[in-house]
Amino acid sequence: MNKRGYFGNFGGAFLPEILVATFDELERVYTEARNDPIFWHDYEQLMSSYSCRPTPITYAENLTRHFGGARIFIKREDLNHTGAHKANNVMGQGLLVKRMGKTRVIAETGAGQHGVATATMAARFGFDCTIYMGEVDVARQRPNVFWMEQLGATVVPVTDGTRILKDAINEAFRDWVTNMDATHYVLGTACGPHPFPEMVAWFQSIIGKEARRQFMEREGRLPTRVFACVGGGSNAMGIFSGFFDDDVELVGVEAAGRGLNSGAHASRLCSDDASVGVAQGYKTYFLQDDDGQMRETHSIAAGLDYVGVSPILSDFKEKGRVRFEGATDREVIEAVRLTMRKEGVIPALESAHAFARAFKEAPTMSPDDIILINQSGRGDKDIFTIADAMDDPKWKQFIIEKAKQYHA
Amino acid sequence: MLESHIRSRLKEKKILLMTHIVIGYPSLEASLEIVRTMVAAGVDLMELQIPFSEPIADGPVILKANQNSLAGGVSVAQCLEFGRTVAREFPIPFLYMTYYNILFKYGVDRFVDEMRDAGLKGSIVPDLPPEEADGYLSAMQRNQLSPIFIYSPTTSEARLTAIAKVADGFVYCVARKGVTGDQTEFSQSLDAYLARCRTATGLPLALGFGVKDKSDIKFLEGKADIAVIGTQALRLIETEGIAALGPFIRDLQT
Repeated sequence: MNKRGYFGNFGGAFLPEILVATFDELERVYTEARNDPIFWHDYEQLMSSYSCRPTPITYAENLTRHFGGARIFIKREDLNHTGAHKANNVMGQGLLVKRMGKTRVIAETGAGQHGVATATMAARFGFDCTIYMGEVDVARQRPNVFWMEQLGATVVPVTDGTRILKDAINEAFRDWVTNMDATHYVLGTACGPHPFPEMVAWFQSIIGKEARRQFMEREGRLPTRVFACVGGGSNAMGIFSGFFDDDVELVGVEAAGRGLNSGAHASRLCSDDASVGVAQGYKTYFLQDDDGQMRETHSIAAGLDYVGVSPILSDFKEKGRVRFEGATDREVIEAVRLTMRKEGVIPALESAHAFARAFKEAPTMSPDDIILINQSGRGDKDIFTIADAMDDPKWKQFIIEKAKQYHA
Repeated sequence: MLESHIRSRLKEKKILLMTHIVIGYPSLEASLEIVRTMVAAGVDLMELQIPFSEPIADGPVILKANQNSLAGGVSVAQCLEFGRTVAREFPIPFLYMTYYNILFKYGVDRFVDEMRDAGLKGSIVPDLPPEEADGYLSAMQRNQLSPIFIYSPTTSEARLTAIAKVADGFVYCVARKGVTGDQTEFSQSLDAYLARCRTATGLPLALGFGVKDKSDIKFLEGKADIAVIGTQALRLIETEGIAALGPFIRDLQT
């Protein structure tokens, strides 16, 4: 029996026996699709007619002038249908579900974007859909829960454990081991047992392929540095994959939360708090204690609040191919504010981690340098969190009035 | 050796009974009391689960027990000490059940060496398939301990045979799809599945997941060698207290 799905020392498939046959089927269908040029062609067609691809790169002229260093460009994954890069992965997996002849999809979600994307895909393809979401995330991402339910999905709040993303993943696995005959688990990021990391990274590679082509067409050259936020790591894998073989510096930005020394963060690759472990079916860096129990994580961005990270990125960290940095909650809010004011663009709190770090580095670079930031999602879903952080009095008044109406 | 112990017990009983506890739930003291009660009631083997924060193969009842135990501050070191205590005090074989990260973080060799020193007979690690188990298998073999592997109704014939090559002691047959604690239908399809398992391995077969009462155990006589009671005992402890365990377990075997 051979090990499968390793990236250096990371990855693998640490599966309960009951799921082995299901993963064998998934791997077979994915491998067939990957070797079938028509599949990728159909996928690109679907993404262009349904999801607004290719998404543009936007030159951030005002931010560039503001910082006075490298020229700043933004890859606009926020313009995807449903407002985030998540659409790339779920539509790809939707095509695979059709190929497997299954009729039900389940998913986990933190920020809610993957849940909305999966519910959207299920509506489009006619699948039944159940979304697992930590109770804490349900509370802080109510607008996305509203949309998932309106799209026809059942949203199940998970009350176990720390009641955030990792607990939703465990619950989705529990559903899957019971219902795998007709059900596919649309894992949301480039994590989990093989073949998920490789498969999700493949679907997301559409971002990097496009960005590379767009730079060559527009600038006749590639960017100097590429920044992406890293929760599970799927958007980072997506944009980085256009530049792995090039002389381009790749920077992954994790949630430093209240600070890397605060104990309240979600930094697995840029802090000393994480160590290698095996959980949720794969081997990677986890935030865990000395006994191997997973720790609580914190980020202002629900989508980055995850205890593990893509095994592919763990491998790139060890090989030195990607540099990992952190951005604090406070830096992130400041980056959102500045990006809105200067460019009229509202990045998701997750993406704003990449902006925050890029803003730190831009002034130290030369005008000949080019920075590319992956805006993995849009910020309107975060209106409650951002309004809280900005302590906006008019927004508070609006909520009070709205609550009064409901009580009336 | 575990297998020979099971075979000799099977000369006296038609089917053996294995129970399961989560160490530290509801407390370390209560866990000891539960073991004492179960052994006195005639249990033949016991699984001692070392709690893990992400027990993906367990259903809600055992999941909650894991979380409560951890919230009570139980450490891996305390669990190993607990195993040593019960293995010394009681005359039945004990096995650890836990998830791979517990062994991995502790150091697989160190964990297995301590398991032997403590007097345990083997372990069940449900998220460690044979493909990933090289280091674990060699450590278990070196210490003459039994790695218990799992069969499921979805396991292919080729895989049943491959797993049989690395398994030792007995094979744990999961009765159905799903997690621990759900309803299992004790029917002809379960017969057919157990017959498939029997063809694939000469080792004794344990049947777990959803075994809850005497009629289930009667059904399994002659088809499996060991019946596993997990969630049902935990439910009983929660609803009626530890004292109710003795009569419950004695009744299962009459």
